[in-house]
Amino acid sequence: MSRVDVRKTYKLFIGGQFPRSESGYSYVVEDSLGRFVANAAKASRKDARDAVVAARSAAKDWSGRTAYNRAQVVYRVAEIMEDRRPQFVEAVRQSEGLTAARANGVVDASIDRLVWYAGWADKITQVVGGANPVAGPFFNLSTPEPTGVVAVVAPEESSLLGLVSVVAPVIVTGNVAIVMSSYSRPLPAVTFAEVLATSDVPGGVVNILTGDAAQTAPWLAAHMDVNAIDLTGIAGNAELATSLEREAAENLKRVRRAPDAEPDWTADPGTAALTAFLETKTVWHPIGV
Amino acid sequence: MTKSSRSLRSERSERLEGFEYAPAPESRAVVDIKPSYGLFVNGEFVDGHGKSFKTISPATEEVLAEVAEADDADVDAAVRAARRAYTRVWSKLPGRERAKYLYRIARIIQERGRELAVLESIDNGKPIKESRDVDVPIAAAHFFYYAGWADKLEYGGYGTQSLGVAGQVIPWNFPLLMLAWKIAPALACGNTVVLKPAETTPLTALLFAEICQQADLPPGVVNIVTGAGATGAALVEHPDVDKVAFTGSTAVGKAIARAVAGSRKKVTLELGGKAANIVFDDAPMDQAIEGIVNGIFFNQGHVCCAGSRLLVQENVYEEVLDRLKRRMATLRVGDPLDKNTDVGAINSAEQLGRIRELSEIGESEGSERWSAPCDLPSNGFWFPPTVFTGVSQAHRIAREEIFGPVLSVLTFRTPAEAIEKANNTPYGLSAGVWTDKGSRILKMANALKAGVVWANTFNKFDPTSPFGGYKESGYGREGGRHGLEAYLSPHGTAK
Repeated sequence: MSRVDVRKTYKLFIGGQFPRSESGYSYVVEDSLGRFVANAAKASRKDARDAVVAARSAAKDWSGRTAYNRAQVVYRVAEIMEDRRPQFVEAVRQSEGLTAARANGVVDASIDRLVWYAGWADKITQVVGGANPVAGPFFNLSTPEPTGVVAVVAPEESSLLGLVSVVAPVIVTGNVAIVMSSYSRPLPAVTFAEVLATSDVPGGVVNILTGDAAQTAPWLAAHMDVNAIDLTGIAGNAELATSLEREAAENLKRVRRAPDAEPDWTADPGTAALTAFLETKTVWHPIGV
Repeated sequence: MTKSSRSLRSERSERLEGFEYAPAPESRAVVDIKPSYGLFVNGEFVDGHGKSFKTISPATEEVLAEVAEADDADVDAAVRAARRAYTRVWSKLPGRERAKYLYRIARIIQERGRELAVLESIDNGKPIKESRDVDVPIAAAHFFYYAGWADKLEYGGYGTQSLGVAGQVIPWNFPLLMLAWKIAPALACGNTVVLKPAETTPLTALLFAEICQQADLPPGVVNIVTGAGATGAALVEHPDVDKVAFTGSTAVGKAIARAVAGSRKKVTLELGGKAANIVFDDAPMDQAIEGIVNGIFFNQGHVCCAGSRLLVQENVYEEVLDRLKRRMATLRVGDPLDKNTDVGAINSAEQLGRIRELSEIGESEGSERWSAPCDLPSNGFWFPPTVFTGVSQAHRIAREEIFGPVLSVLTFRTPAEAIEKANNTPYGLSAGVWTDKGSRILKMANALKAGVVWANTFNKFDPTSPFGGYKESGYGREGGRHGLEAYLSPHGTAK
């Protein structure tokens, strides 16, 4: 007689904890062949607002850490992911219907992507910051600073590599994130949340809301304590993307617009995702006067 | 006049006996203002088809000229001209050739510097010593600086691909300078532009059009469409504009952000501010007082990054206020064309009304109002340098941008309190810090949520130095290497 397995309950990840949705709602997640896998938590407006509170509480500490420290924390996330490789390969295989070989390739790329972004933490300042040679006796320096709380709509199809590619640049630069995971493929995001919870990432720095981004994103786009919104996962839904961008204008959130179609996540990301959530501060001081 | 200001005035005239300034008028002869102006489209001046309007001198209320209004069809024609010039000429020119046009423009601005300065002061109301020593030289410097980037974009960090046609809307407070901040980087990066100057200050933009002709700039690369809100909206919403750049109020900035939502248009916004100018007890006092005065009375306070909130440490409050009022009483308010004038005219009747209204609100909310005693001319739009004390964070004059020569004074005891009060605003454009302690300067600079932090100085601008806001003061930077980003196509997938 084969053993009955203990199936996982897939919950939200807010403030370093795993609460169910306060609404009590969940939704059915199927694998790539349409078979039932799990009931995932369906995040509500209140969950989104709670996530903003958790993110904001974590923001000051996280942005105040040294870049070196943030780099090490993100590198550790990669370490833990590598340690749990088989779990991720299975999650990706199941969600995206890939062969084992392909799924392995995705997990390789995801871990390597995290490592790549970890290395940016203490370098992006040097690349985008600098002294400015003003025409007078002044010290003048421009440096990047994190914008704060960023709402992120994760890609719908690339449930791990795409997810890592939108989350890592946000936190490596000292911002905190509220992530709305892929609707049809949320399970890798939940497994990723478990890795975050057991690495040294402080609670609230990354919050993951499984559910329907079309319902939760409008609340975050309009939220006055959110500083920026990444609409990458809205790719292909121009109407929703437009309405979210309009809502975001109320407090002039920095908006990373939705692409027409989900990008090729294996390509070199460049620095655009890093600089999207950085503010440039320029400081002047007289010399010698 | 209150008793205190009357005794202050007699004190002042005792000290300054025999120290009256003789009039030192700048000549208007260098300027040739035409009775009417058309739009500048495709390298020529053409008629506008909207309802033409008048531009006046805010110092005397004399009518200066009649200016065309660009209606939707005019804006469309300008955008089409910009597109043709982009496709056929400008995008095909190598960077080093574009650079040479920009260098020509910079040099002509310098050559015609006096003419531009006088015209700016007449049309805007700002003192000639500011337009001559600040506006015009820095405008020329912007063109010179960005000229040099045109053939070095691959080193800039933002790629080399231009966007196309830029629609640019600028405000009335620094008409020529804001035009330079917009046009120089746009052209350097290979874009063509349609620019709308503010309706109360079109004249230096129209003179700039002449300069483009003198520089033999290919027709259509720069187009100037005059008009008011409707013209600006038509430009921003035009489907064939690839890039929108706006400097102006936060309210209009938000409307523009909503209008471009869902489009491919890249947008940058330079909006309002309510900057905190923070004075600690160990500040170099003489310099700090000059910094406070410069921070709020330079350009009549019509500055988005004005230090409009003075945060002074409690234990030096009396000394600072004393010195400040004494210094304010020496400011000369009057004819913008007089070289001794420190504070010129308010730009329009509308703006004057707003300043008066908010000042009345300041009084009714319980703050104490003091204005420098000065003789104001009978016609024109004038407001004396004014300071409100006893202001709390909740008062409207501590929260809302007045955009005039009005300073609100608050106090603090600890650096932490100063930081909290300074950052307690939806704006985030600039901030000032005055202290002799180096580590405190750096700590404050780190903690202040502002795009520009001036430490032991204020209102310094340079084409190499990125300028722009945090939060609701807008997004994007103008100036410096960072200023290229707005006008180039991003690598990566989004924005």
